[in-house]
Amino acid sequence: MQAESGSNRVPETGAFFQRDRTWHPPALTPNYKTSVLRSPQKAPLAFDNTLSEISGPVFGHAMLGELDADLIHNFARPGESAIGERIIVYGRVLDERGVGVPGALLEFWQANAGGRYRHKKDGYLAPLDPNFGGCGRTISGADGGYAFRTVKPGPYPWPNGPNDWRPSHIHFSIFGHGFAQRLITQMYFEGDPLIWRCPIARGIPDKAAIETLIAALDMQATIPFDARAYKFDIVLRGRRSSLFENRLEGN
Amino acid sequence: MAQSLDRLRESPSQTAGPYVHIGLTPNFGGIGGVYASDLGATMVNDKTKGERIGLKIRVLDGTGTPLKDALIEIWQADADGLYNSPAEMRGAADPNFFGWGRCPTDMETGLCTFETIKPGRVPFRDGRLMAPHITLWIVARGINLGLHTRLYFSDEEKANAQDPILARIEHRVRVPTLIAERQGDTYIFDVHLQGEKETVFFDS
Repeated sequence: MQAESGSNRVPETGAFFQRDRTWHPPALTPNYKTSVLRSPQKAPLAFDNTLSEISGPVFGHAMLGELDADLIHNFARPGESAIGERIIVYGRVLDERGVGVPGALLEFWQANAGGRYRHKKDGYLAPLDPNFGGCGRTISGADGGYAFRTVKPGPYPWPNGPNDWRPSHIHFSIFGHGFAQRLITQMYFEGDPLIWRCPIARGIPDKAAIETLIAALDMQATIPFDARAYKFDIVLRGRRSSLFENRLEGN
Repeated sequence: MAQSLDRLRESPSQTAGPYVHIGLTPNFGGIGGVYASDLGATMVNDKTKGERIGLKIRVLDGTGTPLKDALIEIWQADADGLYNSPAEMRGAADPNFFGWGRCPTDMETGLCTFETIKPGRVPFRDGRLMAPHITLWIVARGINLGLHTRLYFSDEEKANAQDPILARIEHRVRVPTLIAERQGDTYIFDVHLQGEKETVFFDS
């Protein structure tokens, strides 16, 4: 057993709440064409979490570099910075019980302000920004809070339909405390009309679920004359209390 | 009206997309200098206890074509069957084995290679031992919700026959989809997203 240094929290060992698969996009969303040949068609095998799903690795703050949460500077030449609308993205990682998740590893990646990714497979004609790499990471604090600085990514066309455009978005990968909480999702921006035309966002059946992925502009969290702020909370699977269950080690 | 349970809903998943490397393995994706190394690229060191093994994993789509833009994460116990995790209450795991690895599929071949150790056995909820296994989580463009499954070992026939999770698979012809084939010190494992050989994925 290991704990973050300085932490005296009792580790939780309960199983996670059943995942509501009707809330997530189904595997097959034909309007998002790549899903057609990549979607499992047979029913998944259901079982309550074992220790293999309940447990998970711990990433300590020591692994983070000084600029990991600053996409404006972490790829830029000394004294320079990425081009685009300067924003701060902040929020909390919570679980379905409404409890903050401390120590969660968040990794994010995105296109630059023109909608171009620094990736050999992206051939969009918008230029690369020599000062923008597009990746960042951080670890949530004691209350589950996190923040990073970046430029607002641009929308871009993609080869799905003849004229499909992705709304501005930031990809998020989140590691909670158990491997069963592992999640990748995307953050969208309040007011973007492309969200409701996007085959990937609209793969989520419930409009209310899509809305939980739309970050809110928060003028109270801006830095005047510097950067605007968007608030984006992320919810991971909740954990059952193990108080009245057989202890895993008790047999 | 009854009282509210005050529960939140899990954030819905979205695909990792074609550029997952930028975020999760930037050095592999050609973005150097931001992180010293890609997370999860190395799983063992000289002091790690246990039998060294390799895993060669591919993910195949409904036409049998290997995905060249997928990313696989693995999570496993140490050689004694202990997880390096705060949720592990049975004892301290090998401090030289983190237990988690991450590998993007090769952009030409679709092959994903891990150098790790063979895990020990971990108890099921009722205390029976599960067969040695490695948990897999697979994301890619076109996969809307990360896919969870397990890799079991072909040379653990007896343990596999008693494994409580494998025992739950109703259609016995599908059990081999979770068993990696040993060739020397390497296990070969193909994940089929669709078709007759579709891998058993988990809802757990």
